[in-house]
Amino acid sequence: MATRRASQLITSLSSPSRFPIGRCLSAFSSPDLPREFTPKSWQSNPQCKCSINKAFSFQRHSFSSKIERNPSYSLLNSDDISYFKSVLEEKCVVQDEERLSVANTDWLRKYIGSSQLLLLPKNTDEVSKILSYCNSRLLAVVPQGGNTGLVGGSVPVYDEVVISLANMDKIISLDKVNGILTCEAGCVLENLNSFLENEGFIMPLDLGAKGSCQIGGNVSTNAGGLRFVRYGSLHGNVLGLEVVLANGTVLDMLGTLRKDNTGYDLKHLFIGSEGSLGIVTKVSILTPAKLPSVNVALLACGDYLSCQKLLVAAKRGLGEILSAFEFMDSHAINLALTHLEGVTNPLPQSESKFYVLIETTGSHEANDKAKLEAFLLHTLEEGVVLDGAIAQDISQASTFWRIREGISEASVKEGACYKYDLSLPVEKLYGIVEEMRLRLDGTAKVIGYGHLGDGNLHLNIMTPEYTDNILTKIEPFIYEWTSAQRGSISAEHGLGFMKADKIHYSKSAEAVKLMGSFKKMLDPKLILNPYKELAAPFFTDIIHALNISLHLLFIPYPAMPNIFS
Amino acid sequence: MKIMVAVKRVVDYAVKIRVKPDKTGVETTNVKMSMNPFCEIALEEALRIRESGLAKEVVAVSVGPTQCADTLRTALAMGADRAVHVDAGTANVPPLSVAKILRALVQAEQPGLLILGKQAIDDDCNQTGQMVAGLLKWSQGTFASKVVLDKENQKATVEREVDGGIETICLDLPAVITTDLRLNQPRYATLPNIMKAKSKVIKKVTPEELNVELRPDIEIVQVTEPPKRKAGVILSSVDELIDKLKNEARVL
Repeated sequence: MATRRASQLITSLSSPSRFPIGRCLSAFSSPDLPREFTPKSWQSNPQCKCSINKAFSFQRHSFSSKIERNPSYSLLNSDDISYFKSVLEEKCVVQDEERLSVANTDWLRKYIGSSQLLLLPKNTDEVSKILSYCNSRLLAVVPQGGNTGLVGGSVPVYDEVVISLANMDKIISLDKVNGILTCEAGCVLENLNSFLENEGFIMPLDLGAKGSCQIGGNVSTNAGGLRFVRYGSLHGNVLGLEVVLANGTVLDMLGTLRKDNTGYDLKHLFIGSEGSLGIVTKVSILTPAKLPSVNVALLACGDYLSCQKLLVAAKRGLGEILSAFEFMDSHAINLALTHLEGVTNPLPQSESKFYVLIETTGSHEANDKAKLEAFLLHTLEEGVVLDGAIAQDISQASTFWRIREGISEASVKEGACYKYDLSLPVEKLYGIVEEMRLRLDGTAKVIGYGHLGDGNLHLNIMTPEYTDNILTKIEPFIYEWTSAQRGSISAEHGLGFMKADKIHYSKSAEAVKLMGSFKKMLDPKLILNPYKELAAPFFTDIIHALNISLHLLFIPYPAMPNIFS
Repeated sequence: MKIMVAVKRVVDYAVKIRVKPDKTGVETTNVKMSMNPFCEIALEEALRIRESGLAKEVVAVSVGPTQCADTLRTALAMGADRAVHVDAGTANVPPLSVAKILRALVQAEQPGLLILGKQAIDDDCNQTGQMVAGLLKWSQGTFASKVVLDKENQKATVEREVDGGIETICLDLPAVITTDLRLNQPRYATLPNIMKAKSKVIKKVTPEELNVELRPDIEIVQVTEPPKRKAGVILSSVDELIDKLKNEARVL
């Protein structure tokens, strides 16, 4: 096909370099990664490169634009290493292969970079010196937190220097009256939660990745999570940031005030910017009080309309105590029950199409329980809910959550898993799941689940192995469908590498152009996390550089705004 | 046949226990309380026996303060037919007193089987079941991991988890059975059952009405936390290890 030939054409045009051309795009989330496709073996065997490139060309055609390393970035040399060793402690400059391979691979094992250097600064001053140097030397960098992102935004694409915030894990202060926590960006979310629980507070966000993800990464990706429906977005909870810009300037916006209307609120630019505008080094965040009474119920609904009615009723009937509202279809819950160990179906007698998990958090145990019971019995009488169970102790509640949180884990065990994270109007949300099922017509397992309370659908499509055929049936249909509903093609996961060229499905050309202006202003040399989020500008430069006729390429050029014009 | 199940309200199994600053006990204010896990298993077994047709009624009983009624409501929501709450105030009721109360209740209700959890997770006494069987002069099958009833011959075959393995014994009914972890997987309280539970009765009695005198025969002197484990030390050589074993740990 024309597109396949074009990809191979581009591959053969690129000159050999010290680092492997292209990247290893392993089988999606397959733990059985064939050993011969690791970057290490590519470096040692130049002949191997071309054949591997051909083998992966069909994958590359879907991520078509982002195959070439920008030749204007410098290559790492021994002077650079010496400089970093003079600024950081010896053990914080890592070139060890094993540790690099961990830093180069993302959580899903879908994206593997080939960075040769991992830096672990201990304080903001060191981050500033590193960035200032990299900026002057034109060395591309990737800021890395817990490396738990799902769109390949936290690992290098080529040989970018990885700057890990893991050593900056100090808790600076906690205002015990207002619950305002100030800490460094490398603090692990679960550790922050444990610390706060002792003081009677909790973090306003909670994710499955809490044992590894760091707060700097959470802020940089504007993570959503399970408590979003109650505590809202990080845009509302983050009170201040300290950010280091691409040229090493330390931007101190670390306020701890609830209200401060002096000038433009710049921190919002950095929240959700995925490390492309600056590196977050400190965060001050508002933490809600830890409330003692938590109740969890798992409910069975007959159809999607009932789930919606339940959501409306819950927001009224449970009101201020509602802290989570998650839904999953029968395929999702069966998947979780099949693959997770030691988990049985709490509602064995009901074979329902949909299940909803409701959590309430309040200050008075007896009141909350009575309120939840009365609300649920009412919904049972009205026929909105067909059956349900209320957890009677903490371990039953944990089991309900384990089922919901385990769906993601279970999906990966089916083989190849295509994950989509969409924001859609609540009425239309399940429509895309049914459409995909029709489209794939039994060739793949399709499950839908997610944060119904926030209008956020997680759609997973699973096949025993990755095939080009399935991917073309999914994309770009799924993005076009979402775009037609004015939804978001990435509700909470971000764009990263996976969706770097897809922003136009959810944002207007003018908006993307303005984003490009900000990027150019804050990072004129484009060293921060390149090839991701707004890949478009770079793509247009490459096209000009290689002088290739555009109709051969996958993405229709007129749709891509030239934001550097 | 009627089955009586005794349940206890304890600090939830998943809660991190804290000792009160005055060392008189464990912190229980503002802490999540729920039904003792072994009592849940006991209740589940009683419900299964009733569902198999071998019993007509399951009565749940509990001894404790006013909030015990919550635990009994959970029992009713799981499927028990009625409940009895023995209000002993906020005083700590030791196992022997509980056994005496249960004896009085058994004499009033005349069940064919009394099922309890093998021990409560707050005191880990593992005494109540055995004591009440002694007071009633009933046979007992403790640490049950399997119960099979033979209604015609009024016998129960119980497999017990003992240190040496599984012991199978045959009991004449009426009998006392205490349940162990692997007996069954308790059911969840489902909405239809919670709805039915609203019309079920919780009868309230006091120990005096049962002619039981609550004598405090055990006094808790002190409750302390176990000593904190010291952090490990990474050593750099074998010589250092030998030196520490000789001089610090004094085991060589």
